[in-house]
Amino acid sequence: MFGFGVLKGMSVTLWNFILSYIYPKKGITTVQYPEKKKEVEERFRNFPFLVYDGTPDNMRCVACDICAKECPPKCIYIIPEKDAQGRIQKKPATFDIDYAICMNCGICEEVCPFDAIFMDHEYELSEYDRLSDLMYPKEKLLKPVEHFMKIRPTDCGAIEAQRAAKGIKGRAAQVQSAPAATVKPAETQQNPPANA
Amino acid sequence: MSETALHSQEPQLLEVSIGPQHPSTHGVFRMNVVLDGETIVKLKPVMGYLHRNHEQLAENMSYLASMPYTDRLDYICSMTNNFAYATAVEKLAGIDVPERAQYIRVLMAELTRLVNHTLLVGFLLNDLGAFFTPILYAFREREKILDFFEATAGSRMMCNYFRFGGLKSDLPAGGLEQVKKIVNNYSRFLDEFERLLTNNEILRSRCQNVGILSKELAVSASITGPMLRASGVNYDIRKVDKYSIYDRFEFKVPLGKVGDVYDRYYVRILEMRESIKILQQILKQMPEKGEIISAKGAAAGKSPRMWKPPAGDAYGRIESPKGELGFYLVSDGTPKPYRYHVRPPSFINITILEDMCLGYKVADAIIILGSVDIVLGEVDR
Repeated sequence: MFGFGVLKGMSVTLWNFILSYIYPKKGITTVQYPEKKKEVEERFRNFPFLVYDGTPDNMRCVACDICAKECPPKCIYIIPEKDAQGRIQKKPATFDIDYAICMNCGICEEVCPFDAIFMDHEYELSEYDRLSDLMYPKEKLLKPVEHFMKIRPTDCGAIEAQRAAKGIKGRAAQVQSAPAATVKPAETQQNPPANA
Repeated sequence: MSETALHSQEPQLLEVSIGPQHPSTHGVFRMNVVLDGETIVKLKPVMGYLHRNHEQLAENMSYLASMPYTDRLDYICSMTNNFAYATAVEKLAGIDVPERAQYIRVLMAELTRLVNHTLLVGFLLNDLGAFFTPILYAFREREKILDFFEATAGSRMMCNYFRFGGLKSDLPAGGLEQVKKIVNNYSRFLDEFERLLTNNEILRSRCQNVGILSKELAVSASITGPMLRASGVNYDIRKVDKYSIYDRFEFKVPLGKVGDVYDRYYVRILEMRESIKILQQILKQMPEKGEIISAKGAAAGKSPRMWKPPAGDAYGRIESPKGELGFYLVSDGTPKPYRYHVRPPSFINITILEDMCLGYKVADAIIILGSVDIVLGEVDR
């Protein structure tokens, strides 16, 4: 009978319409976004951030430039700090990530031997000026290790356990344990944990 | 206009440019159409609006750094793009893949096939004028698979999940349960989808005997994928090449009879049902535990900038949801590929558009284009 297929199809739309009233849980799959938000998965990755232990001075990054060289779209800019004699220190003076260029691939996180850079969960990052506002400097990128623990407990727990097993402490812990000795924090981080 | 031109018997041809900003050209694609009345006399596809220099970019960076760029080729099926590229590099460097990683790879590829075909049917119906009801049902189901991708790979569409010799990470806790739920509910969704569409008289009269592609033409134009199988040629790289572990699964290759738009629609529905069968077998056979990346592969991923495959060349191909997706790599022993070439199924399948559209109306050209299943990220690269 001509038209029967159309009617059959209409019954599907009608059923879906009714379903959204009888079982809103099953029938409605959308979320009223700005008011309600869907929780992101733990492994969700968006943009990178830098980790520090304790205070922002004790950042883990040693300005080795590996992430900047491995980054496929080349969105990381690093200039290492220099002391009065002009020797290069194992700490970045400038660490900028251009969020307008970053493509959220997560390769920086994979190649970093010092567990210093990880992907964040923050996704509401719209700005008025893409050139100045989306260029994230070191100050905006630095976040405590507790933040990392909060957003990705499984990954962070495994990495911190690995670091503890290898005897790598954060710079803060080291300064407290040996305040008299000259602190060369980078030396303790010569043997990075294998981070696949 | 002179009197003679008005009354002449010569057909007055009209040239129309459809796109590149037309919603039913699936992206920035343009068709220059010459019309006689409403009938198509000539059709010229114009592409290149989304050209991003993918191949040259890849020749200037390390092997692994191209992996996230392959996601952006066919942005609906990033997992299969990763799969093809990883296959090519593994062939080039002779890297083996552990058992469990193979299963997860095939799992991801088949889920991607579900995503692609569901979306395609939705978009095809949009082109037909069933405005947004079927596509939203398709999106609803796709969302569940994308949630699983997000939980596993970290991203919904730009997954970047495959590595040479394995995968980036294992499945998350509860990942397999999520897949089981998707697989168990999917055939019910397909039944619902088919009740909505397959026997619909409007869909049948618009699609049947429209845009017929003959067997001979399809083969000589090197069309692959569901397009080719809808014309009745039994050619599926999963069966022919048996890459990865496809020889362990039992599945049929659905074939069309006529080669029209309706066959292309229905072959995809049937392929989804076969994919579900493969997924069920994977869930049964998959080893509980195991390595996810081989030692050689892990070494390649440790410092991608320094990793050098031996000199030589390799062509790795897989059956992507759109057809044969292949990567041809030439290595000269340096960390950057000497030549990097993509064989994109969308691009090659679109070359035959004019032959299918001649003699049909403009509205038919839109659905013929829709049934070819192109993604402009892959066509233009």
